[in-house]
Amino acid sequence: MGGTATMAGDQTLLQVEGLSIALPRGAERAHAVEDISFTLNRNEILCVVGESGSGKSMTANAIMGLLPLPHVRPVAGRIVFEGEDLLTKSEAELRRLRGSRVGMIFQEPMTALNPLMTIGRQIGEVFDAHGRIDRRERRRLIMKLLADVGLPDPEVLIDTHPFRLSGGQRQRVMIAMALALEPAMLIADEPTTALDVTTQAQILDLIRSLQASRHMGVMFITHDFGVVAEIADRVAVMQTGKIVELGPAGQVLNDPQHPYTRRLIGAVPQFAPPERPAPAGEILLNVEGLKKTYTTSRGLFVKKREVAAARDITFEIRRGETLGLVGESGSGKSTVGRCLVRLLDTDGGHIRFRDLDFASLRGEALRAQRRHIQMVFQDPYASLNPRQKVGRIIAQGPRAIGVPEAQATARARELLELVGLGAAAAERYPHEFSGGQRQRIGIARALALDPELLVADEPVSALDVSVQAQVLDLLDDIKQRLNLAMLFITHDLRVAAQICDRMAVMRLGEIVEYGPTHRVFNDPQHPYTRDLLAAVPGRDWTIPEVALQDGSPPA
Amino acid sequence: MKPATKDFWRRFLRNPGALIGLLILAAVVLMAIFAPLIHPQDPWRMVQRPFLPPFAVDGFWFGTDTLGRDIGAGLVYGAQVSLLVGIVSTVVALTIGVTLGALAGYYGGLVDDALMRFTEFFQTIPNFALAIVLVAILQPSTESVIVAIGIVSWPPVARLVRGEFLSLRSREFVQAARVVGQSNLQIIFGQVLPNTLSPIIVMASLMVATAILLESSLSFLGLGDPNTMSWGYMIGAARTVIRQAWWMSVFPGVAILLTVLALNLVGEGLNDALNPRLARKGR
Repeated sequence: MGGTATMAGDQTLLQVEGLSIALPRGAERAHAVEDISFTLNRNEILCVVGESGSGKSMTANAIMGLLPLPHVRPVAGRIVFEGEDLLTKSEAELRRLRGSRVGMIFQEPMTALNPLMTIGRQIGEVFDAHGRIDRRERRRLIMKLLADVGLPDPEVLIDTHPFRLSGGQRQRVMIAMALALEPAMLIADEPTTALDVTTQAQILDLIRSLQASRHMGVMFITHDFGVVAEIADRVAVMQTGKIVELGPAGQVLNDPQHPYTRRLIGAVPQFAPPERPAPAGEILLNVEGLKKTYTTSRGLFVKKREVAAARDITFEIRRGETLGLVGESGSGKSTVGRCLVRLLDTDGGHIRFRDLDFASLRGEALRAQRRHIQMVFQDPYASLNPRQKVGRIIAQGPRAIGVPEAQATARARELLELVGLGAAAAERYPHEFSGGQRQRIGIARALALDPELLVADEPVSALDVSVQAQVLDLLDDIKQRLNLAMLFITHDLRVAAQICDRMAVMRLGEIVEYGPTHRVFNDPQHPYTRDLLAAVPGRDWTIPEVALQDGSPPA
Repeated sequence: MKPATKDFWRRFLRNPGALIGLLILAAVVLMAIFAPLIHPQDPWRMVQRPFLPPFAVDGFWFGTDTLGRDIGAGLVYGAQVSLLVGIVSTVVALTIGVTLGALAGYYGGLVDDALMRFTEFFQTIPNFALAIVLVAILQPSTESVIVAIGIVSWPPVARLVRGEFLSLRSREFVQAARVVGQSNLQIIFGQVLPNTLSPIIVMASLMVATAILLESSLSFLGLGDPNTMSWGYMIGAARTVIRQAWWMSVFPGVAILLTVLALNLVGEGLNDALNPRLARKGR
């Protein structure tokens, strides 16, 4: 929990004064960042929070001198670091500063390391870039760093290539590189966003403890208020290029002043699931012993590699019920979803939809029955054909089963009204809509065939938190109104708490826990479920009343 | 699509090379269309004394060839042949290439293996040698030249389209189309193919250029249609007298050069205008 700020003996490390960064002409606004001022002290973590496009990453890049000049350039203000204005420095001077006095870690650990270089050499390059040291001494330092960031067997790891490491381990290597020269300041740009929740908890712990032991100032950029609650000493909230609220973590989180902060915090799903009545509808879908194995053949003489993505999966969904399928990446939850809508063929087990043996349907018979189980996809940018008008995208399902064109188009317009976009949206192309709006279009498409079961595969994980809340409300509302059953696949336990009646926790292709959401959260049986729940960032933080009143998402 | 179309033209015309290419190409096309008006007489007719140098006699700015035929007329009618062969053979190649590439990329597995082995079979034979053999077997005529060029130029199209299909078929919007029950043909033609059009258009413009070069080379060797005056034929016929009469080979040579250059410039301009994401991608 934040708030235990070590404020004593603070000195200012970084001072940003009246910084404005101009965007090229024709961008959606004139300035990426407008007249922002804040300070970062030694030995504290400042969290910069905001939704996408708020200018938080741009601020970090300006400090590091990494703006894409000359298109995007600082036009006003000062960035004073250790007494010197960074904006007046030459590229060569900045280069000396980067790495040695300021370290940076990025969001994507999977692509940030050069796949052809051993871990040791990549970290070694940091030393080389800032003056030579003796090879044996360098190796000793690298091993110590690897041990410091909690990686096992540094003496083996130093000579391995990145592909052998998991995402979390790579992020640790990135942190080791950033800290190699003991910088006074660390800038972390969404460093845990791409990681699983249990890994995220470990990395947050690591950053916390390294910051404390090295008395660093850390500027931590995130969109996630759970992470803020976990790690921040102070918080700056950004909205469209301006800092709207700045203060100690405890104050911002528990007594937000600015309406935007209240709205953002109010949109964070409550961690505690409400008690819900047991669903009473008839059983719509019955999955029994579902199996799916991926086989990679590696040529004639190489042994096949088999990965069981789903083994012996059994659950049922009743009409009017939302079942959450929760797990980390690689747990097989998406595989199960894809088997249900028959994007994948199963390798065993039954999928019984009412009295239909859905898993064994083939060809035309399958095509005729697909309409009953529809899917909402994860990525609102990839799931709509960029070359088709929205009306056509929605109408394509009904038209594929022979509904006359005029009727299908009329239905598409109705559905656009239902999801809150207005019938006129039918005549526009997907790129004219924001992520949240596109996800509404995806929902309308899934509803066009009047399905009885909706499979939603991480439908909100690509969206900003305030938009996420709106889309979740829409899904819940539609489910109630049309009395649908829903399988909701997510990695986010907060989201699951909010929307699911019952949930199934998956790990390595198996369901390890299955029951009413309220029971699973309050009395988890399986150790893995306990680990997952314990890893949710900010689980001890209760969203304040004031945010909940103000924070009801706009219609 | 209106603003997108406008956007496309704005980006295309901002590129000076593409603009020049488009102008040259327009000139060649107009020349081909209005050939009978510019030079009403048959390009094969002998109209002046042979070996007339350029600009020596009014109305014969490009001179005459070894038999006294007007080179200017040859250039104009040659444009017809070059464009006709270039465009039609490209259409032939696109038809074969897009069909095979789409099937291989969409279905994958055994279909892909079979079709790609078939494609490689064509790719391993040198283009020009195969074209010569085909024209020789089919007897030289405009049709056989078109067929030959089409048959030797489709493999790269098939590879390109296959690659695009491979990456597009796993995209979520294609999966969504499967989930709502669209048939494979509906998905291939309605969902995937429209998204592969940009690279196909770019490639097609460059293929027209290659086809014109191939046609010229075939005609140069005397394998063109004996009844049509083409640029390649003119160069071939004039090569023995190149030291006495440079203009007979230089003018058709320049015509080929300009046309091919124009097509390449246009192709490059199309590429930049259709793929602005390559320059500024990311969200």
